[in-house]
Amino acid sequence: MKPEALLHPTPAGLFCPPGQFYVDPVRPVERALVTHGHSDHARAGHGHVLATRQTLDIMALRYGVDFAGAGQAAEFGEAVTVNGVTVTFHPAGHVLGSAQIAIEKDGLRIVVSGDYKRGIDPTCAPFSPVACDVFITEATFGLPVFHHPDPKTETKKLLASLLQFPERTHLVGAYALGKAQRVIRLIRDCGYDQPIYIHGALQKLCDYYAGQGIELGELRPATLEKSNPAAFHGAIVVGPPSAFQDRWARRFNEPLISFASGWMMVRQRAKQGGVELPLVISDHCDWPELLETITEIAPSEVWVTHGREEALVRWCEMQGIPAKPLHLVGYEDEGD
Amino acid sequence: MSRGGRIMKPFATLLDRLVLTPSRNGKLTLLADYFRDTPDPDRGYGLAALAGTLDLKGVKPALLKELALERLDAVLFQYSYDYVGDLAETIALVWDGGGKERVAEGGQPRLGEVVARMNALGRTEVRGAVRDLLDHLDHSSRFAFLKLATGGLRIGVSARLAKQALAQMSGRDVTEIETLWHGLEPPYVSLFSWLEGRAEKPVLASPAIFHSVMLANPVEEGDLEKLDPADYAAEWKWDGIRVQMSSHGGTKKLYSRSGDDISGAFPDVIAAINFEGVVDGELLVGGTARSNSATRTFSDLQQRLNRKTVNARMLADYPAFVRAYDLLFEGGQDIRAQTFLARRERLTGLIDKAPHDRFDLSALVPFNDWDTLDRLRIAPPDPVIEGVMIKRKDSVYQAGRLKGPWFKWKRDPFNVDAVMMYAQRGHGKRSSYYSDFTFGVWADGEEGEQLVPVGKAYFGFTDAELEVLDKFVRDNTVERFGPVRAVRAEPGFGFVLEVAFEGINRSTRHKSGVAMRFPRIARLRTDKLPRDADKLSTLMAMMDAAAPPVEKA
Repeated sequence: MKPEALLHPTPAGLFCPPGQFYVDPVRPVERALVTHGHSDHARAGHGHVLATRQTLDIMALRYGVDFAGAGQAAEFGEAVTVNGVTVTFHPAGHVLGSAQIAIEKDGLRIVVSGDYKRGIDPTCAPFSPVACDVFITEATFGLPVFHHPDPKTETKKLLASLLQFPERTHLVGAYALGKAQRVIRLIRDCGYDQPIYIHGALQKLCDYYAGQGIELGELRPATLEKSNPAAFHGAIVVGPPSAFQDRWARRFNEPLISFASGWMMVRQRAKQGGVELPLVISDHCDWPELLETITEIAPSEVWVTHGREEALVRWCEMQGIPAKPLHLVGYEDEGD
Repeated sequence: MSRGGRIMKPFATLLDRLVLTPSRNGKLTLLADYFRDTPDPDRGYGLAALAGTLDLKGVKPALLKELALERLDAVLFQYSYDYVGDLAETIALVWDGGGKERVAEGGQPRLGEVVARMNALGRTEVRGAVRDLLDHLDHSSRFAFLKLATGGLRIGVSARLAKQALAQMSGRDVTEIETLWHGLEPPYVSLFSWLEGRAEKPVLASPAIFHSVMLANPVEEGDLEKLDPADYAAEWKWDGIRVQMSSHGGTKKLYSRSGDDISGAFPDVIAAINFEGVVDGELLVGGTARSNSATRTFSDLQQRLNRKTVNARMLADYPAFVRAYDLLFEGGQDIRAQTFLARRERLTGLIDKAPHDRFDLSALVPFNDWDTLDRLRIAPPDPVIEGVMIKRKDSVYQAGRLKGPWFKWKRDPFNVDAVMMYAQRGHGKRSSYYSDFTFGVWADGEEGEQLVPVGKAYFGFTDAELEVLDKFVRDNTVERFGPVRAVRAEPGFGFVLEVAFEGINRSTRHKSGVAMRFPRIARLRTDKLPRDADKLSTLMAMMDAAAPPVEKA
């Protein structure tokens, strides 16, 4: 069987003809396998969704309990048969519940890694490499310019800034699912035990993480009492980056805008976003990690889904590994 | 390593902070603090780097790129550069090959030492020395060094802002600093001594240096109605290039408006200079008004630009001359503090005695009210006129672009509706957006009408419009060629852009046969479909109307 017969790109997403299912479809389909809960991978409206328990929970939190016709929970490492195709979920280390999906038939195994990272992250299970014939990788940070520093060193910059500017409210931009909880956890691991204030959009997901045993410390809603504008002096407020462009951000005292993202590696990116304190904290692989992962798994072929696929394809070719871009549409080019 | 303290670091830190400081006042404070707290000669080299006057001999962008390519595949390097949009930052980021950052033992070298060392090295030694230096600098300092070497910092600090910071730090007037500026050299030790009150004001060796030029602001809605026309004089705005002639003690120079010495390309003008002083004017091709021959178009002038030398044929076919606007120095005397009319009187006397075939005086345009001037502006008497200049009669000559004394009021630009065909990421602060657009118009092809690209524009839109354009590109990419994306452009689906431009010329280099000058995106025509966009024949007609054949003198 040629790998393309087992899995190939379609406008709705990666499709497995023998299994009659899609992986992370961008349009509503009858049967979907979902790697993780980020909204560009996990969409509402499918007939049947197979995903990890946590991903199903997160989808329900975001879209409501009727986000799909039916949900089926996959356990890490346990094979499930879908129309004669063997499907196994493995941890991807991206966000809570995130999985790689191994798809197997007639001795051919393709691993769809979804979004993944190799760095330490106490808020989710670590990536486990799975031997395969075809490894499908993302390339969000697939350029040699990206090498993410130690996230704790980055987090300490935030704490140093709090000492330097004790009057200013430190607004930390972080995506609502995964990044926000990871950053909060990092702040705690660096020894900060004051309450951390969160934007309303983070509340449900932070509660869910806490319920899954991920200790986030005391979180308070970042709602301002009119009578007390000094309340947030020197406080850390975590919110989705989109909120910072909003009137919402202006209520704080001389807000110092910080943003936790792999994109902060590039100065001009930070500048563009009006970010004063860039924190290079990423939930994706940097360039060295992408190369390490491919070298470690040693697949006979690499397919690249989204991001800077041309550079990663080039590197694979230089190593003599057949590689091709899948040109999937609909995934956030810049999401991290 | 015996390279002294961590003194490259203050400059590196300054750059890092400037990049992320959006407010002008914030930048001024950072700069003034840096100049105050950093010793000579480091701060002087820092100033030179910011003002674009630092020259690291032998350390050129090409060499830096070669060094980067010693450790990274050329294709991967190019992808990286296309993405980051800044050579210095790209090299700084890829230098460690993705390894974790090392901090050198023994600290970082001083900025002054780095500059002195690089400039003392022979060509063959530079390569190794730069490689060694880059290996030992931390990430920020490496970025700072690369920025110095590649020039054009693109961090939102102009030479003007740096000088303003000097003014803020010292309490001196920025005009005084501007006046001295082009007579001084890095590391500006005498300038800092004076600014700190430890020495007399530096004396300029020769006034045949370049003096920063005075610039005009465009007339905007409501600007003129508040002003009394009787206070102002008007001149035609000629479509050449603004120049400064500087002549003193037998040294004669021709400078572009940014201070580049272009004397070498214009020996005809230089040889004709028979006066001493500094004259501001427009460089043009053709004949002077007083030799009764026509001023020729900008595309004729272009034949003479960007050349180091020029042959006899060029000199004969494209004779250059200067149309004088202003006089800054008469002989050795600085008359910039006199009024426009007083300076003009002296200029008239000087030009009168200068060779008639190479110099003439920019005529005043008589007018009594703004409406009259508006009509003249819209229909000027010569095709090489692009509008009018409005100058306050009592204005002193002040470097920079002050609002009030001088205005430019241009003829309205040309407009066409074109279709977006390709897009590329921008550079600098636009590097995460698709902000460079190639657009086309309809032309008859073998298979009926098809789009032919006619130009490229990367400004004119607001940040909000850029979001719209960028999203269209991302959602409608049909093909990619490296950093370039082709977008959907069909009669019934695509993105129509109203493109404004200053002029249009025939071109053999462009497939369409036309080349636009200063094209920019005037409006997003989301109300139009590509099939409603203009045709190539429309552009051809504009070209014929814009540039009537000019008799050669």
